[in-house]
Amino acid sequence: MRRASVLISASLALVLSAGFAFAKDSVTVGMVLEPPGLDPTSAPAAAIGEVTHYNIFEGLTKIEEDFSVTPLLAEKWTFSPDLKTLTFTLKPNIKFQDGEPFSSKDVKFSFERFAAKDSTNKDKGFFASIQSIDTPDPMTVVLNFKDPSFEALYHLGTETSVIIDEKSAATEGTAPVGTGPYKLSSWTKGASITLDKWDGYREPSKIPLAHATFRFISDPSAAVAAMLAGDVDAFPRFANVQALGQFRSDPRFQVLVGGTEGKTILAMNNKKPPLDNLKVRQAIAYAIDRKAIIDGAMDGLGAPIGSHLTPNDPGYVDLTGMYPHDPAKAKALLKEAGVTTPLDLTLILPPPPYARQGGQIIAAELADVGINAKIQEVEWAQWLSGVYKDKNYDLTIISHVEPLDIGIYANPNYYFQYDSQAFRDIYAKVSTAPNLEAYKAALGEAERKLAEDSVNAFLFQLPNVTVADAKLQGLWKNAPIFVNDLSAMSWK
Amino acid sequence: MSAGGLWRPRVSFSLWAGAILALMLLLAAAVSFVWTPYPPAAIDIPHKLASPSLAHLFGTDDLGRDVASQLLTGSRISILVGLVAVGIGLVFGIVLGLIASFSGGWIEDAVMRLSDFVFAFPALLSAIMLTSTYGPGVINAIIAIGVLYVPIIAKVTRATANGVLAREYALAARAAGRGPLSIAFDHVLPNIAPALIVQATIQFAGAILAEAALSYLGLGAQPPQASWGRMLAEAQNVLYNAPSLAIYPGAAIALSVLGLNLLGDGLRDALDPKLKARS
Repeated sequence: MRRASVLISASLALVLSAGFAFAKDSVTVGMVLEPPGLDPTSAPAAAIGEVTHYNIFEGLTKIEEDFSVTPLLAEKWTFSPDLKTLTFTLKPNIKFQDGEPFSSKDVKFSFERFAAKDSTNKDKGFFASIQSIDTPDPMTVVLNFKDPSFEALYHLGTETSVIIDEKSAATEGTAPVGTGPYKLSSWTKGASITLDKWDGYREPSKIPLAHATFRFISDPSAAVAAMLAGDVDAFPRFANVQALGQFRSDPRFQVLVGGTEGKTILAMNNKKPPLDNLKVRQAIAYAIDRKAIIDGAMDGLGAPIGSHLTPNDPGYVDLTGMYPHDPAKAKALLKEAGVTTPLDLTLILPPPPYARQGGQIIAAELADVGINAKIQEVEWAQWLSGVYKDKNYDLTIISHVEPLDIGIYANPNYYFQYDSQAFRDIYAKVSTAPNLEAYKAALGEAERKLAEDSVNAFLFQLPNVTVADAKLQGLWKNAPIFVNDLSAMSWK
Repeated sequence: MSAGGLWRPRVSFSLWAGAILALMLLLAAAVSFVWTPYPPAAIDIPHKLASPSLAHLFGTDDLGRDVASQLLTGSRISILVGLVAVGIGLVFGIVLGLIASFSGGWIEDAVMRLSDFVFAFPALLSAIMLTSTYGPGVINAIIAIGVLYVPIIAKVTRATANGVLAREYALAARAAGRGPLSIAFDHVLPNIAPALIVQATIQFAGAILAEAALSYLGLGAQPPQASWGRMLAEAQNVLYNAPSLAIYPGAAIALSVLGLNLLGDGLRDALDPKLKARS
């Protein structure tokens, strides 16, 4: 008995030492798009946050994989009963990567900078809703909001709210200086970004990996090849869902499928005739078979949605039954609307497979009810200038990945061109809700209004698909926000 | 070979093989107008990525469309683009080439330097530039490819026409007071036709290739139009699950281009032995 246990511990020691000898201390993460810069507080590209958020830059709070909010730079916080005053106590002894100390004045500087007139922060509206910021002592920050701000903790956890230092604020885009566990090591434009562990981090022993490389591979089949060759250890937000079968059957890999905040929609130009007619928009909603699109374009992954919220969101209401697939009804509505069929509409498709493949299915479904959707495939730059900026389109397919962004419908100049005072009144209730119940109720009302007005045809929740080396752990299955939390990653 | 010698076309292997392949291309397009196994754009999700069977001779693609039907229908776009693009090149190229050749002097220089200018850009790159500026689509792809063929044809026309104009019969016609138009139609065009036919056949193959490349990049045919280039692009996403989806359209493009090139070579041997001797 004793001999056996000695043997076991000896072999265990062998295995362990062998394991340590070969333990990898670096990871290579694949990404589809390269970030245009590295300052998440001044440019909107999601890729910036995927590289820098939690790794180089940190915010006061951290959004976890399950959508909960935990402390990051803040130790704790208290909300006043009217939800208008939020008081943070900061963690002590934190330094920026250039040696500058972190204190409440950095928080005040950052948030005021993000709200400034010339700010290009994606979440500027939120920062503008802060009336004043008090810093009674270096470790305390008090945010005074104009209205009750139920979503504040959530906003403060996104990549647009990371704390930057006044000294380096102007150059964060190329030489980022944050409080996070990793520092920028090198950036090979067009190929990769390498981060090295920063020894001055507050808890360096909790960070297992010393190096991390982000490689940019935009071509879906090249991504498959890079994974198979072992050039990339993990590929979050893997776009080529058709290729998952072979990774699932290969023991070298793991495939994680969770949900994102991506609301994939068939967006419609609400001001452009005949799409300004509710009946035409409803006809399009009836013409679409969500299941066929999810099966055909996403290989069955992705939950159907009926409005601009995902099943992961608080206050989600299942409205997928409002417009079931019913071609006969769609035809009748088109007739009622008085449009002559075949009705010619343009359908603009950006590059992701959900749009390119989903678009062909939708065009076929629309053809069944007498709508001739003329497909035009475009690159992202053309989509941003033609559809998003100039609003020169009839229909397009896109996934809105920002969490809790139902407020875009309150903006009549947004590219849907949906102009409804009734909705703006409902949204005012959402943004000033005094408690969770009221917030959820108001959101439900907003969702229902969007579905009733059939602003867009709501398709499905974009799945978060990650393909990775089977031995890599600490990856997120769900992605409430798009980050790659390197500090949690380690090798088995 | 003397100019007045007995002329007999030489029918080579290239001519035969090329003619057969080109005929097959034409036949596929002709058949697709009257019959395809399935409507080429009919989506059938439950039967996607099916293997070849009696129901689907070449299987189905990632949206469940019948590959055989798409291959047949795709040949139409290839032929359409080839014909019209080469047509544009021929019409404008011959006119420009003849103007250059007949007027000589600075006009000839200007036309030729302009051709060089267009020529200097890689053809496909310019086509990509044109289609991305004026929007993707078959018509823009045709125009883009056709425009780039103008200088090629113009150069061939000018070079061969200069040779004809130096001949005694052309000089005689001029001396007799005949106008440039009548000389062009009576003497120049018939004599430079063989060179142009050969050139057009080879450019036809180039146009098919260019259309496939543009459609592959999403700048040519737009869905649900079936096109070989598009089929290749769509097969790329499922390259690891269904590699054959990339092989069929790839083979169709390769065989068509090969066939037309062989036909061009064969025609050159048959029509213009002097060119062969030079090359």
